[in-house]
This record gives sequence, structure tokens and C-alpha cells, in this order.
Amino acid sequence: MSNDDLQARNARTLKKLLIWAVAMFGFAFAMVPFYNVICDITGLNGKTSNTAATQSPETVVEDRVVTVEFITQNGAGVNGSFYAKTHRVRVHPGEITLVNFYASNPKDHDIITQSIPSITPGQAARYLHKTQCFCFDQQTLTAGEMKEMPMIFYLDPELPKHITTLTLSYTMFDVTERVTGTDNKSDTVVR
Amino acid sequence: MSTVAAAHDDHDHHHAPTGLKRWLFSTNHKDIGTLYLWFSFAMFLAGGFMAMIIRAELIEPGMQFVDPEFFNQMTTVHGLTMVFGAVMPGFVGLANWMIPLMIGAPDMALPRMNNWSFWILPFAFAILLSSVLLSAFGHGNPSAPNFGWTFYAPLSTKYGPASTDLFILSVHMMGISSIMGAINVIVTVFNLRAPGMTLMKMPLFVWTWLITAFLLIAVMPVLAGAVTMMLTDRHFGTSFFDAAGGGDPVLFQHVFWFFGHPEVYIMILPAFGIVSAIIPTFARKQLFGYASMVYATASIALLSFVVWAHHMFTVGMPLAGTLFFMYMTMLISVPTGVKVFNWVATMWRGSMTFELPMKWAITFVILFTCGGLSGLMLAITPVDFQYHDTYFVVAHFHYVLVSGAVFTMFAAAYYWLPKWSGVMPSKLLGELHFWNSLISVNLLFFPMHFVGLAGMPRRYADYALQFADYNFWISIGGFWFGLSQLFFLAVCLQCALKKGEKAEAKPWDGAEGLEWEVPSPAPFHTFDTPPVVK
Repeated sequence: MSNDDLQARNARTLKKLLIWAVAMFGFAFAMVPFYNVICDITGLNGKTSNTAATQSPETVVEDRVVTVEFITQNGAGVNGSFYAKTHRVRVHPGEITLVNFYASNPKDHDIITQSIPSITPGQAARYLHKTQCFCFDQQTLTAGEMKEMPMIFYLDPELPKHITTLTLSYTMFDVTERVTGTDNKSDTVVR
Repeated sequence: MSTVAAAHDDHDHHHAPTGLKRWLFSTNHKDIGTLYLWFSFAMFLAGGFMAMIIRAELIEPGMQFVDPEFFNQMTTVHGLTMVFGAVMPGFVGLANWMIPLMIGAPDMALPRMNNWSFWILPFAFAILLSSVLLSAFGHGNPSAPNFGWTFYAPLSTKYGPASTDLFILSVHMMGISSIMGAINVIVTVFNLRAPGMTLMKMPLFVWTWLITAFLLIAVMPVLAGAVTMMLTDRHFGTSFFDAAGGGDPVLFQHVFWFFGHPEVYIMILPAFGIVSAIIPTFARKQLFGYASMVYATASIALLSFVVWAHHMFTVGMPLAGTLFFMYMTMLISVPTGVKVFNWVATMWRGSMTFELPMKWAITFVILFTCGGLSGLMLAITPVDFQYHDTYFVVAHFHYVLVSGAVFTMFAAAYYWLPKWSGVMPSKLLGELHFWNSLISVNLLFFPMHFVGLAGMPRRYADYALQFADYNFWISIGGFWFGLSQLFFLAVCLQCALKKGEKAEAKPWDGAEGLEWEVPSPAPFHTFDTPPVVK
């Protein structure tokens, strides 16, 4: 084989491998939406739907009772109190229930918060429907305010039989910097 | 590549620059291999020094020498230095030296890229280690990376110190270096084999490296993606891993371990190749089951892409997920078992002698198998819930990485140093190095199994009183092992200064392969005219 042939062959192999490397770099980013889709289907990360349920339940399963517990946590930057008025409710699947959450802002300036839900067991994520939730939008807490934030939900009658207790957790984050861009670290609006 | 021009200046390289320029501008696979090996050894000593600080702090309960913040930086940078600075470049160095010699090629296929891929590395580590120096001689702030070598979000994003950005840049550079190195190996093996050297005639070291190179190209870009996401999360307002913005920190673990598990095999497959070269030499038998070795290596590489979540059983996966990853992980023990079986079968009824390379190779087979077995225990999901993040895990991966990967690099060095340097490595120093390392490595890592099972968590600067005795002996083992490596430094320096018994072209009488057909030390240019392989 002549030198030129070999050079050309090397260049061809090099090009293929480089394309592969770049593609795998892209694949790392493709894992993000892929992961989200998997999570939506399986409830892998316990995220509940971010949009309000539009359909109301068809039936109420009177002979089944499921316990739903509510826990709350302050995320980074939040130091007020944040709690659910009722820590646990016992509901029939299909029954529409309202739970009020309260959050206070002891700071001397307004903060914008975003609450992130997570459900355990994750498998139940698909079966918890919210018709209204403070977590759908960012909530502004004015200085010194104690805010009442309603959440209305029902459980899908299809909820797998072995699930008898659900724990719904909310973590409240201060996203003021992200939204207003006061910190030069964050110049895009929260997704 | 000019075969005609170079044919008549076999050993007299009149056009080669000398002094510093020889190394800085080198495109010669042997020089670059030597650079890689010395760099890897330097990083091994640097990372080892950090391990000593860790073990000094843990020699008794309570706080002794460093504050917990600095302790965290030590565990983090020790891991990063050993993985990316010692083990990976060490194997790339061996590949550079040996692959062209083994397949009868005059050099690596892309010599200039080869120069680049090495010279990026010292800069990458200068950047990473500068943060440690700043932290050690500063006031704890700026802190070096302190989030563990796995740099889980949000520790490394929201809570990462300012030096995280240095870390990100340095990981990018290491990644580029590894990818270029891997591309070079593949192009060389595909295009530069001597006539008659078919794929299934290649020495196993070449095979395992070829497969490793494919793994590298597949996963190093994913690591680059992960650190890029970290960077944009930290500075450009994205929320890949930030729950507040709709991201998910667990996603980080998935992306990281999609890289991280194949990475484990990147660090061990070349070791398999080395052992498969050494055992037949000193058992004076052909390698048992050559083809099954190739297929086993390929199966391990493929399976490595579908087991990553066994590192994260405790994040809360659905049952089906944990079962899948558990069974897939256990499945890997089948091809690995094939390999161990083949090595033992090669030794079976062989005319074995126990020269230094063979001692290290046999030690590898035994201790790597120990590490593999504790790996199987960790693969069992319910059991892993207890073992997760304890010293049992630390024991496991140090058995496979230190007495696995690092020991084979010692084996390789003792085996090929005669070829590299032209002198036989000192037997006395070599024996001292071997026996001290063998005893101390077990004193160092074996008791970690027990403290791990008893519940001692990893990555803490302090521990409960009941672990005190074990930890004392672990630390003694650690210092002993660390100091034993100075024997190896002496061996290498002696060889580099050409002090010692002169080596023949084929110093081991059972050795086979093209590398033994060139004189010792291997001349600057070899196989300008390709050998013919029958």
C-alpha cells in the first residue's frame, strides 16, 4: 500500500471516529429529555404532572381508602415556615379533596418561590391528579406575608391495589434570582 | 511514515531533536509512551500522597491533622488523580509503547495527534492540582473540589466551590486527551497491522486495548456532556440538575454512571490483556481459549453499558429497574469468570517459573477475583442497601483497581522494562517491591471489608470508636504500601539510567510476539519494513 493510500485511509477512520465522539457528546444531552419521558411513564423520580387535570373523576370508589400524607421542606434560600394544614388525609379514589398549604416569608423583601412536588412511591405519580396546585406557578411571598396556598387533587380509581399510602412531598425553593436576574449567574428565566 | 527514507537510519536518528525538544515535540510512539508512563507514575505518587493524608487522619478516631473540609478535598482529588492521572494514562502509555511493536507497525497512525493527547494532560492536571495547592497553602478558601470524585449534583453545582470551574475545565481536557488517544489506537490497529497479522492473531493486549478504545470514544464524550451541563447549571441559568428550575439531581447520577461504569472497564480491560501476555510466557504454554478471551472481553464491554444504575440502587428505583440492573451486573461475572478460568487453565500443567512479572500477574488473578466477588455481593440489590457508601465499597474498588489495574501495570513494567530500557530491572529491589506491596496491600484493604460490613461510612474524616483498631492497621498498611512504591521508583530510575544487567532481545524464554524480535532496548524506529506474520 502506498503512503498516500494509507494517509487517506487513516483520515477516513479518524473522521468516522470523530463523528462518533461528537455524537456521543450529543447523546449525553439527549439523555435529558429521554430521562424525563421515562420518568413520566414510570414515575421514576416521583414527579407529579405539572399541569392541571381537566377531567373530573368518573366514579368514587367508596370501598377503598387510601392515606395521603403531606410533607414539606424548605429548599435553598427559604427560611420561613412552610406546612400543610392537614398532614394526612384518608380519601377514596376518585374523591376530590382540598388541602391548604401555608408559607411565610419572614424576610424584609419579597421572594418568588417555586415548589417542587415529589411522590413516594414513584409508581403512584401517574395516578395523582391535581386540578389546582400552588406548585403549577411561581408564588410571590411579600415581605412578612403568610400565604394560604390551596391544592386540589383526586386519586385515579385505577391506582394499583397494593398502594395504600402515598407521601406527597413539596420542597419550596427561592427562585427570585433566577426570575429577576438580580444575580448575574442566572440570566435566563426558569423553565 | 516515509518507509523508504527511514529504512537506512534504523538506530541513528539524525533528524530527531535532542534535549527538551525531543520530548516536547516528539511524535515517536516510544518517547510518547515513556512520557505517559512517567506522568502516570508521578500522578500515582501524588495521588498516593493524598491517600497518606487520608490514612493519617483516620489512624485514630477524632480529628488529628486536617480539618474535615480539607479531608473531603483529599478524598476527591485522590480519586480523580488516580483514575484520570495514574491508571488511564498508564495504560495509554503501555498502548503507545507496545501496540505498534506487537502488530509490526512503524509508529502510531496519527503521531502528531499522539503528541497532543499527551501534552494536554500535564496542563489538565496542573489546573486541577493548582486548586489543591491553593487550598493547602491558603486558608481553606478557595477550596479545592470537595464533592467526591463522582461529583454528584447538587454538591458540585449549587454547593460546589469556585474551583469547580477549574475542575470542569480540567476534566474536559483529560477527556479530549483520552478520546484522541483512543482514536489513535483504533486507527493504528485497523490500518497499520503488518501483513498477515489478522485480527484474530493479534496479541490479547492489542485486542483488549482496541475494545477499551471503543469504550473511551463512547463514554468520554458523555462525561464531557455531564460537566458541560454542570457548567451551564452553575453559570448560565440552566437547570439540568437543579430541582428548583425543574431539573433533577438524580439525572446527574444517571449521566455520570452511564460514563462511569464503562469507565471501570476502561481501567481493567487493558490489565486483562497484560496478564494474558505474561501468564503464557512464564507457564510456557499457549494462552488457553484465545478466541473465548476476545469474545469475553467484547461481552464485558457491551454489558458495561447496561449496568450503570447498580451504583445508585438506593435512589429509589422501581422494582423492575433494580432487578434488571442486578441481573445484568451478575451476568458480567460470566465472561469475567471465563477469563479467570482461562488464566488458571493456562497455568495448569505449565512449566511455571516465578519471575517478577509472573508474581505480579498471579497476584492479580487472585486479588482481582477477590475484588470481583465483593462486586457480586454489591450487585445484590437488597444487600447493597446495607453496603452502599460504606468501606465495603471502598475495599471492593480498591481490590479491583489497586491489586487489579495497578498491579498489572507493575507486571507490565517488569515484563517490558528490558525491552524499553535495555537493562533487566533489579531483582533485589523488584522482590522487595513485590513482597512489601503484596502484604501491605492486603493489610490496607482487606480489613476495610469488615469495617464496611459493620457500617463505617466512606468519605468521613472521623468514625465511631468501635472501628478504631481496624483503622489503625489499615493506616499502617497504607503507609507501608505507599513507601513500598519507592522501591519501584528505584527500579525505574536504575533502568532509565541503564544501570543493571544487559537485556537480550528476548529476555524471557517463553515469551512470544513481535516485540521480542527487535533488539533491547527497542531502537528509535522499528518495523520500518513491516515484518511478515505467518
